[in-house]
Amino acid sequence: MGMTMTEKILARHAGRDRVAPGENIWINVDVLMTHDVCGPGTIGVFKEHFGADAKVFDPEKVVIIPDHYIFTADSKAHRNIDILRDFVREQGIRYYYDPDFVRGEGMPSPYADPTKTHYKGVCHVALPEEGHTRPGEVLLGTDSHTCTAGAFGEFATGIGNTDAGFVLGTGKLWVKVPPTMRFVFEGELPPYLMAKDLILAAIGEIGCDGATYRAMEFSGDGVMSLNVEERMTLCNMVIEAGGKNGVIPVDEVTETFVRARTDKPFEVVANDGDAKFIYEKVFRSADIEPMVAKPHSPDNKECAHRLKDVAIDRAYIGSCTGGKVTDFLAAAQILKDRPTKIPTFIVPATTEVHSQLRKQTIDGRSLEQIFLDAGCEVGPASCSACLGGPADTFGRLNSALKCISTTNRNFPGRMGAKDAEVFLASPYTVAASATTGRITDPREVL
Amino acid sequence: MRETIRGRAFVLGDNIDTDQIIPAEYLMYNPAMPDERRMFGRFALIGVPKAQAGLPAGNVAFVDQADEANTSSEFSIVVGGRNFGCGSSREHAPLALAEAGVVAVVAEFYARIFFRNSVNGGYLVPFESAERLVEKVQTGDDLEIRVAKSELANLTRGETYALRPLGDVAPIIEAGGVFEYAKQANMF
Repeated sequence: MGMTMTEKILARHAGRDRVAPGENIWINVDVLMTHDVCGPGTIGVFKEHFGADAKVFDPEKVVIIPDHYIFTADSKAHRNIDILRDFVREQGIRYYYDPDFVRGEGMPSPYADPTKTHYKGVCHVALPEEGHTRPGEVLLGTDSHTCTAGAFGEFATGIGNTDAGFVLGTGKLWVKVPPTMRFVFEGELPPYLMAKDLILAAIGEIGCDGATYRAMEFSGDGVMSLNVEERMTLCNMVIEAGGKNGVIPVDEVTETFVRARTDKPFEVVANDGDAKFIYEKVFRSADIEPMVAKPHSPDNKECAHRLKDVAIDRAYIGSCTGGKVTDFLAAAQILKDRPTKIPTFIVPATTEVHSQLRKQTIDGRSLEQIFLDAGCEVGPASCSACLGGPADTFGRLNSALKCISTTNRNFPGRMGAKDAEVFLASPYTVAASATTGRITDPREVL
Repeated sequence: MRETIRGRAFVLGDNIDTDQIIPAEYLMYNPAMPDERRMFGRFALIGVPKAQAGLPAGNVAFVDQADEANTSSEFSIVVGGRNFGCGSSREHAPLALAEAGVVAVVAEFYARIFFRNSVNGGYLVPFESAERLVEKVQTGDDLEIRVAKSELANLTRGETYALRPLGDVAPIIEAGGVFEYAKQANMF
């Protein structure tokens, strides 16, 4: 019997010819990623178990990307960045992206020029930008949205501090081989749809626990017609269905993107022709409507047009899910001609995305200028309010506000206050809603 | 692992995600520093909306917040429904429950990463119940988990419920976590 991509990658990393779903195996890790929220704890676990003078398994395979609590006056958040800096120095870790403007006390002044800082921003978007996501590899990260990198045809999943501390010392981890669920999208997306609509439709179909202990594969010409960033959006949200990893077959689009960013060799892994899938669902892309996940769960789906009477207080466009260049190009298509009616927060995922906001133009205006002209507030690259964070976080919901957001999660309190309500939607739908102050199907304005 | 685990129940519903278990605003504490690690106990489950905290009545504080030095809970067994621990990969979630004094969680099933973190970090034992217990057990009930028999006795109500066997992860739980397990297997 054949194997799926996920099974083949795991088998290869376990030094075996084959593995079957349900087996527990030890695998070798190609890249371990951590950030400022889980890094200090991970380093603590590593030192506790391997000793104060221990060396990491391979300093070239450890990638550290501070991104969560950067623009805050919280002194512990600053201290945590110093812990990362010390560790990087001590271990000779090469791939570290320092928020070099964070020094000393108080709220740091953001970078003036996003091209002139070592800082990157949101790890899941920075990883591919910096060439750390490669087909056929195993990437583990101390963040649940590490699954984003499955868009590059690799096995990528989130782990905790203990697991990450174990990997730092040994380069290995035990994993249970997941069976694969396949989601096929047939036909290119109509102009009002984005990957976010597809993944909200898929999660709504199976529920926020529907892929627990499973891999989710996305394929079909609807998926393969998407650019790399949109593919990342699909894989980013598999964790919102409980999925262990998301994966997308590798094609020229993937290879071109990866080869432009790294010289490291990689080996593309494809499904066997007779691979077995535990579930298969075929969607016709054209049948999907702009989707919204209502509070307080990512599987609480509804078509945007059925929520047109829902008034909202705030819009937020950002995060690893919805803060990439493609997301902002979509939002700008709507906001270039229309002012916002409610406070609207724009947070580029990374400094590279931020520089693109300044470089890319529509009718002679930069995307950033379009957003400013529409009345949006533009913040510096970071995870920012997607996960709430410290009270002084840009865009955080500090009271019982209703927010429509391009982010990935809307459980109670996710973006701040416990009694705030978060509606998840595509950048088109969020931008359209920002111009009306109520949930708006982008077809009304596009 | 203890043969029997006895404690008072704190009952929650479905999809208790890690932001409810330990909200992001407390994640700047570093669990590797003992003074800061204790703070996770103080704020364990503080993100659960009040009406859903301590079912069936709700509005039960898991950790009494009135005393600022308090970092522990009077409830040492958490009972949940479906998909317990979903959301982020933060290990601070099982760690927070353990710091507050939780020894075991009994839920219908778990989100994968929370389950892994609980087991590999050796924080608490994540038992799966064979039936839904959220409407059967009440917050404050006196519970006893009989590990070898895979059963949960509700001493307050005189009822017994079946638990699922721990399965593949039992040896790691027995060892006390992934490091101890790997050492026993001579991995390092």
